Amino acid sequence: MADNEKDLKVVFERPHALLPVVTNFCPGCPHGIVERLVAETMDELDIEGETIGVAPVGCSVISYDFFGCDMIEAAHGRAPAVATAVKRVHPDGVVFAYQGDGDLASIGMAETVHAATRGENITVIFINNAIYGMTGGQMAPTSLPNQVTQTSPYGRDVATAGNPIRVSELLNALDGPAYIERVCVDTPKNVRKAKKAIKKAFQNQLDGVGYSFIEVVSTCPTNWGMTPQDAFAWMRENMLPYYPLGVVRDVTADGFANAAEAAAARNAACPIAHPELKTEGGN
Amino acid sequence: MSEKVLMKGNEAMAESAMRAGCRFFFGYPITPQTEVAAYMAKMMPKVGGTYLQAESEVAAINMVYGASAAGARVMTSSSSPGISLKSEGISYMAGADLPGVIINVQRGGPGLGSIQPSQADYWQATKATGHGDFHIVVYAPSTVQEMADYAFKAFDTADKYRVPVMIMADGMLGQMMEPVVLPEARALEDLPEKPWATNGHGHKRPHNVANSLYLTAEDLEDLVRERYERYDAIIEGEQEAESYLTDDADIVLTAFGGAARVARSAVNAARERGIKAGLVRPITLWPFPTDAIEAVLPQAKAFLDVEMNMGQMLEDVRLAVAGRAPVEFFGRTGGVIPNPDEVLAAIVALNEKVGE
Repeated sequence: MADNEKDLKVVFERPHALLPVVTNFCPGCPHGIVERLVAETMDELDIEGETIGVAPVGCSVISYDFFGCDMIEAAHGRAPAVATAVKRVHPDGVVFAYQGDGDLASIGMAETVHAATRGENITVIFINNAIYGMTGGQMAPTSLPNQVTQTSPYGRDVATAGNPIRVSELLNALDGPAYIERVCVDTPKNVRKAKKAIKKAFQNQLDGVGYSFIEVVSTCPTNWGMTPQDAFAWMRENMLPYYPLGVVRDVTADGFANAAEAAAARNAACPIAHPELKTEGGN
Repeated sequence: MSEKVLMKGNEAMAESAMRAGCRFFFGYPITPQTEVAAYMAKMMPKVGGTYLQAESEVAAINMVYGASAAGARVMTSSSSPGISLKSEGISYMAGADLPGVIINVQRGGPGLGSIQPSQADYWQATKATGHGDFHIVVYAPSTVQEMADYAFKAFDTADKYRVPVMIMADGMLGQMMEPVVLPEARALEDLPEKPWATNGHGHKRPHNVANSLYLTAEDLEDLVRERYERYDAIIEGEQEAESYLTDDADIVLTAFGGAARVARSAVNAARERGIKAGLVRPITLWPFPTDAIEAVLPQAKAFLDVEMNMGQMLEDVRLAVAGRAPVEFFGRTGGVIPNPDEVLAAIVALNEKVGE
């Protein structure tokens, strides 16, 4: 017995940055996986002590009880504004926002777009499960065409309810972001890929590369009315064709040091953006 | 002591805030507070501070929330319609016990209203700056000097009680120029410690949380009750008012901010006519200076409340007077500034009425 104990090795444990508490997430909810990946990242980069997380209204609002770093609960949609200010006050700190689709892409779209276009050097984790979870399953800005929800009981009619928003592609129209990637956490392989992306999104912040945005295509078994496995199957079948996985933007892979350099290259033909260029008619 | 300079009210508030240690300003353009933001945009970079033009008033107040949670002295400024947009964020600040300074350079309302001076946001500022059980401290300066003084003091009050503080100005005060002696700048290292700030725990303390969500009703009730004990301390210790010629006054005017300037002229004109008029000028609108009203009650025959609205502070004056004397009202609204002659006429009429 004693010999056996000596041979025991810890191979898997709770990340330090994840507090030893029971979460309020439903069984089978991928939030727990993604929050763990964020916490592992904080441990591995040894940044828990200087990290400030912002969790706005939605299923993840109580994350302030789960993450070990300092946390701010924000009003619905306002996490990017709150995170912007925290980063301006503590430019050497690490600041992340953890938001759902209703929060980020509906009520908080203005804050999302403007934090991105300002190129705030923060990390945004976006959980896209195509539904409002906390309030019981209403249509979200990312709900798919014909998707049945509590407030689209006959299926989302795009003629009246409009089309879903592909947030990663939308943000890719801006000059501010440094890194945008869409991932999911349905299989061990995809969890590892998601972890790599999340870690890069935090490393970018440490390296001053700029605004990094990770969209996690996710599920909501409770409000979709499916088992967790069926929910992942439905996600793979319906959501991934609409929200394709992969890197949407990566300025470092494109050879730039940071988002500002990439933006300068994109607007190279604009004289006022490049005062070093000699232009006609000006001084 | 600083020397006397000539400044616009809006700029005096901005400069004074920076001297109080404010290094973060988040705003959104709106008339007639423009000079506050413009001054900050010009001066903040020179002292290593941050001026950020937010995408909306909603974003700006949430930036104030974030910067305050992070431990900074922070301010935003707007005018009436913009303050309505900030009300959600002010409620969250109150709910998370976060200090911060909000300037309202009031204009006429409701809706888009007018861009002329008004005091029609009194109720909003003192009764319901947002949803929920809470108060904010509201200062109502009446001169450019007071705008400088209270923009400075607002930060100390906010930090002391961990509450949002509003400076209620109006378009007239914001735009006028007067001589002002600016407060001595506070050294940033002398600002109060904020052990509650979410600024990274460095593994030296348990994690801090800025939050206004409590899913257990009894927990929230307990917290709100604790907060109200702090409000009681503010009511006890922070009431401010100026009493002008009230010692022997039969007719006591009540007026704040820009309207008080007109009321003072009318009091002087009434005195020239032999009418014993005086003025109680609340400087804190919340807490309302009931003590100052109480002090003039023994000899006051009647009160005349003068405001640039349809009678909002009037209700607080009547609550303080509690039926012990008649309280009448004279007001102009929509952005119209009352002139001293029409206020004088109201004093004369009231004096005749109570003299009978």
